[in-house]
Amino acid sequence: MAEKKRKKDLNFFERIYVVEIVKGMILTFKNMLRPKVTMEYPEVKFDPPASYRGRPVLVQENNGVERCVACGLCSRVCPALAIEVQAAETELEKERYPQKFEINMLRCIFCGFCEEVCPEEAIVMSKDYELVFTNRDDAIYGKDKLLIPVDKLKDRLEFLRNFK
Amino acid sequence: MPYLTIDDKQVEFKQGQTIIEAAVTADIDIPHFCWHPKLSISGNCRVCLVEVEKMPKLVIACSTLAAEGMIVHSKSQKTLEARNAVMEFILINHPLDCPICDEAGECKLQDYAYSHGKGESRFEEIKVRKDKRVQLGPFIKFDGDRCISCSRCIRFSDEIAGANQLTFVKRGDRVTITTFPGESFDNPYALNTTDICPVGALTNQDFRFKSRVWEMSSTKSICVGCSRGCNTEIWVRNNEILRLTPRLNEDVNSFWMCDNGRLNTFKFVNANSRVDGNYIKENDELKKVDWLYAISKTADYLKKYKGNEIAFIGSPFATCEDNFTMVKLAKALGVSNIDFAEHNIQGDQDDILIREDKTPNSLGAKLVGVKPAQNGMNLEGILRSIKEGNIKALYVMEDDVASISNEWEEALGKLNLLIVHSSNFNKTAKLANIVFSSSTFAEKNGTFVNFQGRVQRIRPAVSTIEMDRALDRMNMSRWDKFGTQFDRWMQGHKYDAKPGWKIFSLISSQLNFKMRYEMAEDVFADIAKSIEAFSSLDYDVIGEIGSQIEIKKTVAV
Ligand code: SF4
Ligand code: SF4
Ligand code: SF4
Ligand code: SF4
Repeated sequence: MAEKKRKKDLNFFERIYVVEIVKGMILTFKNMLRPKVTMEYPEVKFDPPASYRGRPVLVQENNGVERCVACGLCSRVCPALAIEVQAAETELEKERYPQKFEINMLRCIFCGFCEEVCPEEAIVMSKDYELVFTNRDDAIYGKDKLLIPVDKLKDRLEFLRNFK
Repeated sequence: MPYLTIDDKQVEFKQGQTIIEAAVTADIDIPHFCWHPKLSISGNCRVCLVEVEKMPKLVIACSTLAAEGMIVHSKSQKTLEARNAVMEFILINHPLDCPICDEAGECKLQDYAYSHGKGESRFEEIKVRKDKRVQLGPFIKFDGDRCISCSRCIRFSDEIAGANQLTFVKRGDRVTITTFPGESFDNPYALNTTDICPVGALTNQDFRFKSRVWEMSSTKSICVGCSRGCNTEIWVRNNEILRLTPRLNEDVNSFWMCDNGRLNTFKFVNANSRVDGNYIKENDELKKVDWLYAISKTADYLKKYKGNEIAFIGSPFATCEDNFTMVKLAKALGVSNIDFAEHNIQGDQDDILIREDKTPNSLGAKLVGVKPAQNGMNLEGILRSIKEGNIKALYVMEDDVASISNEWEEALGKLNLLIVHSSNFNKTAKLANIVFSSSTFAEKNGTFVNFQGRVQRIRPAVSTIEMDRALDRMNMSRWDKFGTQFDRWMQGHKYDAKPGWKIFSLISSQLNFKMRYEMAEDVFADIAKSIEAFSSLDYDVIGEIGSQIEIKKTVAV
């Protein structure tokens, strides 16, 4: 019976190891010369692309009114039950508005379902990833923190038009 | 009986029934907007088109009489195509209002558009716009855009409410609903149209925009507005009642309830005037105390009086269970002065639902024995002898006796001891030496007997401190199921209250005799054992639509 050649059997060059060390070092030096991908957060901030899903925010039109009509669909679809909406009546043409709109950022899992379901394109995912609070109550964001002027959300709105 | 075949199913029908009626009895669902089992046939929506073999064209199931041997297809290719086409027509001018429409979630048009519609619109022209937010009556807003002109509301007003107030005006796609000149849509049953309107064109002003329907829990209950005892659903979110809707019971209220019952019988449950914990009067001021203290004080006080110095006043607002335990306690104390006050509004009655007796359970109170025992005094006698100073202690359960008349108010001031069960602060509670916080009809189990002698159940829809939605098997909304104490939508106030029977059995445990009841059901079992009219009944037998009992002439109202 012929001697069986096993995979494990190394040849001479492999056994002296030098070649492998050189190969490894080449890779290391190559990467040393490549541009850096890490950043010195928090001194340097990360500017996410439009597809990034940061905290959900409400779109505020230029006239100061929110787009949201308090339909409650985001609240219904939210898998984490993070959103509470209380509707009320207004004299404006869109007769319904959110008297109260609260997102519990401790519950939110940044899935983006709320954005996807919204019939008014009124809630969108922002680029804001810095969420800091020191107690549970502060983690519940009301309209004061959620409303963001439409101009600041252009990136995301355009992204949604193109890819949603 | 003759037979017809609907979708390969043999269906028995009565002569004179239409196809849709025969289908309903056989649990076959034929889509419909304008047809309603209690209203005349209009046949204008055309959604119930079905294919009948040997008939040249499709026919509408709501107005075609069923005939022996007829073969109906409600799901054939031809039927479905016609239905899709009808849906497309109806949707042409219907606005995309679902996000702001209160009906969403319980809307027939939404459901059928989903199950029978094409899913996209071929209509590129501009939709016809009509008036929105029209105040049709004191409690109803009308949205012309959303109306699909089914005429249910018009037929309801004419045929059920007997108030000819609504009509169509204009023609073609401009047609809309309005009240006759000078009329307001204000009949006492008007709000029923908000239930039967298949879309969100008629909305209840009181409930408008308060909540989406899927956020609430609903609990089967009974209206406490009058002795009709209409069957209702209580809709609750965050432990607060947001609306009442009628529930079908052919023997009592059919599909309907009156506007007064719908609007004015639940607001006290979450009112600021709730008692919320027990109070004892010290130095002319009511001070909050805990249950144990209030109960032992009550027992101590009651022991000081002889049986003939005490009187008990029960309540037609309270359940049979509460009244029964009160009578039991009274008799154990040797008291025979027992009665309750009736609350009738003479002349406020009609042939539809509304009754003069504005309480839900006066018959029940009588049946369980809230009446003078041997040699005991009735209400008038009690009043007289309080004034004469013979009765020194009065126990009032869930009734505002001081508001009956000035005479009563003055008399209550003369008492040495006044103990009151009350859910809200009222004149009587303010005069009391001890106030027990009692659960409202929406916070407890129990039974009412309506004017017909029908025993009906109420169930807890709102939770008090001592209850737990899950453990007490109350109906729960999605919010209730998953909420924690850190969620603001779970922090609805829970009142510190107990049902009357529980308070009485706690008091009895401090006296020499004990009533051992764990649940309202135990009390009812005791009622069934000791009172003939209720024998053979239990909570399961009464069920959702109640049980009729035999009433001897002597107690009949
Ligand atoms: S992103 Fe997801 S988890 Fe967060 S609020 Fe929206 S739906 Fe809820
Ligand atoms: S889905 Fe959109 S419109 Fe509806 S409540 Fe949420 S944010 Fe407002
Ligand atoms: S208001 Fe409602 S019930 Fe009346 S006709 Fe229009 S859709 Fe029908
Ligand atoms: S008729 Fe009586 S029981 Fe029925 S809804 Fe009106 S008040 Fe309530």
